[in-house]
Amino acid sequence: MDHEQIKIWLEEATGGTAHVVPNSHPVTYVVPVEQLPAVLTDLHKLPDFLFDQLACLTGIDNGPASNSMEVVYHLYSIPFNKALAVKVIVPRNHPEVPSVSGIWRTANWHEREAFDLLGIRFTGHPDLRRILLPADWEGHPLRKDYEEQPTYRGMSVKYDREKLYP
Amino acid sequence: MRQAYHYHPANLDLSEPNKFEPAQLRPEEMLINIGPQHPSTHGVLRLEVVSDGEVVKDVIPHIGYLHRCFEKHAENLPYNQIIPFVDRMDYVASMNSEHAFVMGVEKMLGLDGQLPKRIEYIRVLVAELNRIASHLIAIGTYGMDIGAMTPFFWVMRDREHILRLLEWASGSRLLYNYIWVGGLFYDLPVGFEDRCREFIHYFRPKVNELETLLINNKIFVARTANVGVLPLNLAINAGITGPMLRASGLRYDLRRVDAYSVYPELEFDVPIGTGRRGQVGDCWDRTWVRLAEIRESMKIADQCCVQLLDQHKRTRDFDPHALLPRKIRPKAQELYVRAENPKGELGFYFRADGKSDIPLRCKARGPSFVNLAILPEITRGVLLADLVAILGSIDIVLGEVDR
Repeated sequence: MDHEQIKIWLEEATGGTAHVVPNSHPVTYVVPVEQLPAVLTDLHKLPDFLFDQLACLTGIDNGPASNSMEVVYHLYSIPFNKALAVKVIVPRNHPEVPSVSGIWRTANWHEREAFDLLGIRFTGHPDLRRILLPADWEGHPLRKDYEEQPTYRGMSVKYDREKLYP
Repeated sequence: MRQAYHYHPANLDLSEPNKFEPAQLRPEEMLINIGPQHPSTHGVLRLEVVSDGEVVKDVIPHIGYLHRCFEKHAENLPYNQIIPFVDRMDYVASMNSEHAFVMGVEKMLGLDGQLPKRIEYIRVLVAELNRIASHLIAIGTYGMDIGAMTPFFWVMRDREHILRLLEWASGSRLLYNYIWVGGLFYDLPVGFEDRCREFIHYFRPKVNELETLLINNKIFVARTANVGVLPLNLAINAGITGPMLRASGLRYDLRRVDAYSVYPELEFDVPIGTGRRGQVGDCWDRTWVRLAEIRESMKIADQCCVQLLDQHKRTRDFDPHALLPRKIRPKAQELYVRAENPKGELGFYFRADGKSDIPLRCKARGPSFVNLAILPEITRGVLLADLVAILGSIDIVLGEVDR
């Protein structure tokens, strides 16, 4: 299995819509979000690829200007010693990505984290709750236009030295 | 006057909701809360346990009590200023985390492979010393979790030597900020290599002692063998790495697989679990793999000292700052870098836009975070006492789970 083979297969599987992200290491392919579950299932299952490990799952907010969000899946194949990344781009006002926690268990907590910090909803996730922040926290801090709430249960959130130590 | 917190009694009930309500449970089931302030959760981890008598039906880990917004901070700081934050993730193995982070930034700058060998050897030496310290903590606190007090004091005594060595080199005991992008904070102090070899000479019999006292102890074996068995296919599917994956029987070590830094030039083995006391992948295997890795790390540290004393000697014109970039501004790119930490694969995902010194996104994939996620699956149906034994054998550091 080499990257040329993966590229040809991905282009076939997505009907020619997959493309490579420039300057990405490992090589990253952008895949349409509706084809993501099928592509990742095949990458995991097909004996030519066997990407049996989901190393990392990252959510990224590109900011209000570009109005898009991304989810990057870093896959690794232990038998072939190959790494690959797959990326989906979703609109910022309605970020919804199908969950892959049925394929790799790793995705379960990583998707919860991406939901918690960026507000990306993973459809079909068994237990999509906040994981790092309290359940009643407002907003998603890793969004570029995030502004913290003034108080959380009577505690001021913003660190204001002048106010604390006048 | 200082008035930042308005106490309201209802806040106590609202603190952090459970996943289960008592009304959802069956009549014989009970909700038990363990932590966040509990000695055997190794930090501020809270476990919501649904139990039927002594049998655990379900475990729900609640994390985030030590969340310090690493990724948000990283999006607001230049690369070199993120290193202290990286230290504070896995605070018992800071050198290893720094090494991984710095390798990533150097790869983005195109500096990898250009560093002087002496710098690489020093990095590997301090990282391996820190790996020993981290595994000592893991084994010592694990012994304490299941009732062995003495080994904890023994490992803390020996770990102190390592901390003093690292303090001598870097100036601090735990959070070093020693490995810099493109170099080191400072060259090793004069005589460090000899002192380090002296320590290894002293430490070698102590490891055997620890093995006799704890690992092969009859009570310890009875508490850990055949407990919390993690099958290999489940481990791979859940992304488990590090000693936990190796204990399940896969010879997979990123130091060998990726062969980064000077690891290809060094002689060491990758121990795996063989199920000597029970089944492959049980708690005993995980602890034994850590002990065996201490021995391998000692080998590596010894070889590094020899190299630093013979081939790559301290010279008058050696400057660990020589390659430090004036301005760390990588080209626009995306990069995922990974390295073998004591707990497993530590990965960093960087996104640089090429226009600023600050990463657009810096995600840390902590091994503890991923390894902890398997806890509910391998603790269903075990006894409550074994839950503590299994949790301890995962070896989590909450600083890295919560980041």
